[in-house]
Amino acid sequence: MATTLAKAADGTQSATHAARIEHVSKSFAGPAGQQLVLDDISLDVAPGEFVTLLGASGCGKSTLLNLVAGLDKPTAGGITTDGRPALMFQEHALFPWLTAGKNIELALKLRGTPKNERRERAEQLLELVRLGGAHGKRVHELSGGMRQRVALARALAQESRLLLMDEPFAALDAITRDVLHDELTRIWRETGLSVLFVTHNVREAVRLAQRVVLLSSRPGRIARQWTVDIPHPRRIEDTAVAELSVEITEQLRGEIRRHGQH
Amino acid sequence: MASTDTTPKDAKDAGDLAGLEAGLDALETVQTTRKPFRQTLTQKILPPVVAVALVLTVWQSLITFKVVDDPTKLPAPADVWMVVEKAWLQGELLGYIWTSVSRGLFGFCLALLIATPLGLLLARVKLVRAAIGPILSGLQSLPSVAWVPPAVIWLGLNNQMMYAVILLGAVPSIANGLLSGVDQVPPLFQRAGRTLGATGLKGTWHITLPAALPGYVAGLKQGWAFSWRSLMAAEIIASFPDLGVGLGQLLENGRNASDMAMVFEAILLILTVGIAVDLLIFSPLERRVLRTRGLLVKS
Repeated sequence: MATTLAKAADGTQSATHAARIEHVSKSFAGPAGQQLVLDDISLDVAPGEFVTLLGASGCGKSTLLNLVAGLDKPTAGGITTDGRPALMFQEHALFPWLTAGKNIELALKLRGTPKNERRERAEQLLELVRLGGAHGKRVHELSGGMRQRVALARALAQESRLLLMDEPFAALDAITRDVLHDELTRIWRETGLSVLFVTHNVREAVRLAQRVVLLSSRPGRIARQWTVDIPHPRRIEDTAVAELSVEITEQLRGEIRRHGQH
Repeated sequence: MASTDTTPKDAKDAGDLAGLEAGLDALETVQTTRKPFRQTLTQKILPPVVAVALVLTVWQSLITFKVVDDPTKLPAPADVWMVVEKAWLQGELLGYIWTSVSRGLFGFCLALLIATPLGLLLARVKLVRAAIGPILSGLQSLPSVAWVPPAVIWLGLNNQMMYAVILLGAVPSIANGLLSGVDQVPPLFQRAGRTLGATGLKGTWHITLPAALPGYVAGLKQGWAFSWRSLMAAEIIASFPDLGVGLGQLLENGRNASDMAMVFEAILLILTVGIAVDLLIFSPLERRVLRTRGLLVKS
């Protein structure tokens, strides 16, 4: 069962985990009865830690993220987080009836920021993602990369300790994605956030994370973990990144191959 | 653990990154400009004007070449214009129009007040939807003329009867528009809203309603068309001098007097008012909603 963590409402570092996932299983009703998607997952994310969840299709990584976000309930096991986590999707999920700045202000309003502080705070967050001056822009006037940055700013507006990211850069072109990797790394190091980042891109996982967690597929189980101690700033082309990626890819392919054998 | 201390290389990188990002943003941002007036004139205004001119030409030539040589069947455009002009000079024209338009808009506003909560209720409560959803859709295909006789019997020949017919015509359209608007809200917006803390009523107010607005506005537009049609049916069938002469009664008066020019006058006015209200109120509203969301496709 879940243990209760002390809530850090006053901004002090009282929690020992940004997220604690304990023996979590999840099954869905499928055509062939109950289908087990996640099997006995246990994972801790330390405050300030950057963890990537890596896996092929069907490993349940997005399901796990939804569970941590509280959008769904686990079938067994427990999840505790330090406050309500922020969540970023593959699609920007910005509300098209609001401007970029008002999207951020809505997040601030919903978390209870006083009205007179919202505008200024939104401007600050836009500055943080280097979109100062984009407050009045409509969502459709922004490029894909800019939309994801506004989405990041909106997620940051929740002032959660934990940021969950569900393949947030998967739909972007390679150049923009590379730039956003740098941007995310910079913001993570500036803010001291904990990040749980889901991806199926091995190099992206290695490029960003302090720890890479590989999930096997159907059902999702933790297959192996790697600690990444390549110093920042990293580049996706770095030899060290490439070498570790090769090793992880081998293991990932092994996991995938198992499914072809029966 | 990765090293997280800042080095001078970091600072340089940060500067590079800012420049790189600014470059990418500039390259990928699409400049949206509004169409110049000339283009609007040739693409939007000119075609309908030409079409109307063509219809008038055909009409006039039917008279000129004596294809139809009977003013009680087809009056000349000039004769119809004279009737309109006469009504204007006698100060009656605006009276006809105002009688009908004020009834139509008041009835429409009533319909709006009833249909909006009804639509939300249908969208939110499954049982209500299962119970009256199909009936409401069915009512949309029932010609509102059918409601005139029972409305007269129930309420008598008065304005209440007219409003009842308008409501029965417009409420289903507006409620169904809102319902389909809510149905088409992408689940992603609901999920995003919930992670931001917009649940329950907050979710309805901040996420569901604004997201459903395009469908709602489409429903309003259709609701107005139905209101106007229903009202004309009611005015034509249940014309009664004490009610004041609206456009429907004008048409009926023309028929009784066998005055074809007056009949044409009434038909053209009904058409014009219907189009004008749509062009002045509902189309700009719809365009505004769609444009701010980037949903207006520019060809």
